[in-house]
Amino acid sequence: MTTPMVKFDKVTKRYGSLTVLDSLDLEIAANEKVAIIGPSGSGKTTVLRMLMTLERINEGIIYVDGEPLTHMEKNGTLVPADQRHLRRVRGNIGMVFQHFNLFPHMSAIRNCMEAPVNVLGMPKAEARERAAELLDMVGLGDKVDQYPSQLSGGQQQRVAIARALAMRPKVMLFDEVTSALDPELVGEVLNVIRKLGSEHNLTMLMVTHQMGFAREFADRVCFFYGGKIAEEGAPDEIFSNPENERTRQFLSAVLEAN
Amino acid sequence: MFWDWGYTLEIMPTLLRASLITLQATVLGFLLAASLGLVLAILRMSQSRWVSLPTGAFVEFVRSTPVLIQIFFIFFVFPEFGIVLPAMVAGVIALGLHYGAYCSEVYRAGLENIPKGQWEASVALNLSPYVTFRDIIIPQAIPPVVPALGNYLVALFKETPLLSAIAVLELMQTAKILGSQSFRYVEPITIVGLFFLVFSLIAAALIRQVEAWLNRSLRNPGGAR
Ligand SMILES: Nc1ncnc2c1ncn2[C@@H]1O[C@H](COP(=O)(O)OP(=O)(O)OP(=O)(O)O)[C@@H](O)[C@H]1O
Ligand SMILES: [Mg+2]
Repeated sequence: MTTPMVKFDKVTKRYGSLTVLDSLDLEIAANEKVAIIGPSGSGKTTVLRMLMTLERINEGIIYVDGEPLTHMEKNGTLVPADQRHLRRVRGNIGMVFQHFNLFPHMSAIRNCMEAPVNVLGMPKAEARERAAELLDMVGLGDKVDQYPSQLSGGQQQRVAIARALAMRPKVMLFDEVTSALDPELVGEVLNVIRKLGSEHNLTMLMVTHQMGFAREFADRVCFFYGGKIAEEGAPDEIFSNPENERTRQFLSAVLEAN
Repeated sequence: MFWDWGYTLEIMPTLLRASLITLQATVLGFLLAASLGLVLAILRMSQSRWVSLPTGAFVEFVRSTPVLIQIFFIFFVFPEFGIVLPAMVAGVIALGLHYGAYCSEVYRAGLENIPKGQWEASVALNLSPYVTFRDIIIPQAIPPVVPALGNYLVALFKETPLLSAIAVLELMQTAKILGSQSFRYVEPITIVGLFFLVFSLIAAALIRQVEAWLNRSLRNPGGAR
């Protein structure tokens, strides 16, 4: 079997006495598109944040491309990773946030140049050229010099996608990237994600409430409930024939809301 | 006559020279305060308690003891440990240290106001802590606190007469000397008062300019999100 791109090995996350994720096992193959769905508070965001190293895990190990992320090898045993190790391994991962988190004091293109120049050591001219290409790819070729506050939510989110891509990640994480947007702006962002999926070799993990998009786009859907994956499978199975009672309840509640 | 214009003209050059010393002490003291304050604020935010707690204690200590004592301490007590400083240097360090502690609280407020998402985006882009502070956090944290820092600049300026206690020849000390030589205090002390008034007004105007310039040059349209 080939090495999974991302592997959660019995990962547990607690906040105080609250166990948010309970011994989670999850493997994601290279280039696989996984949609994470589930009720509020089920730990969906937490999964992405742990992978982005924004949260520490309490137990278990996360691997990225065969290499431990949360741990490192020392004298033949795995010990918790230090900052240097985290920085090196998380270079494989990019994340797009619900609220964009663009740098407001930088133009769109500077947002996309900051990390390549300072982290990858790319010459400014090259970084500018690549950033311009990426902004063009997300349909913002004419907005490169605009500041975030001069852009619509959908445009800002597309800048954020370009910014993450500029670091050439192998894995992209999307946390409800359309839920802060006005309905008429959702489509333009989803289109960019579709394009990424078909034109780039990217492993994608997305938390979403857009069931239609998950069904059409994902290779696999994971339904989270109570800190565990209650059910997972191909989108058609999950959406047409959910086996788990919780999945059924969740899906009918979502359908009703729409 | 109560006010002697001839005497006023006579002492003016001396007082103008002294005002340069006052301004020098203000500018150097504030540069020290502004940079030290930023360093203290960042150290105080450190994840490591071994760094943040001692820094916090140091800031509180400096803030809760009078500047005059700190001036005396650096000028009169440091030599006991072999550190002999000229009065002007000791004075500038004391003012810089004292106001550095105040400035660090101002910076801290600015730093704490940066939305969590900015830090998280920096981690997600793998920026080093140094680059995160330099390019992301500090450029957003400082413009909003410029007015507060400016207030401390003016406050520091108005405290420079304390340096007369260690015989720095700034305005106040010079006025005292002039007064004791001629037995006329009205003119020197009044002129010194006027100096402070004028410079404070100029400083306040400058701070407003800097504030406007920062807002423009950092191009922060609409503010942080
Ligand atoms: N920093 C934190 N401190 C304490 N509890 C937290 C923290 N972050 C998340 N939680 C808790 O962890 C649980 C899972 O949160 P998470 O954000 O992963 O949920 P989610 O599935 O993304 O929900 P939503 O659909 O509302 O975004 C929730 O009960 C939440 O209250
Ligand atoms: Mg969430």
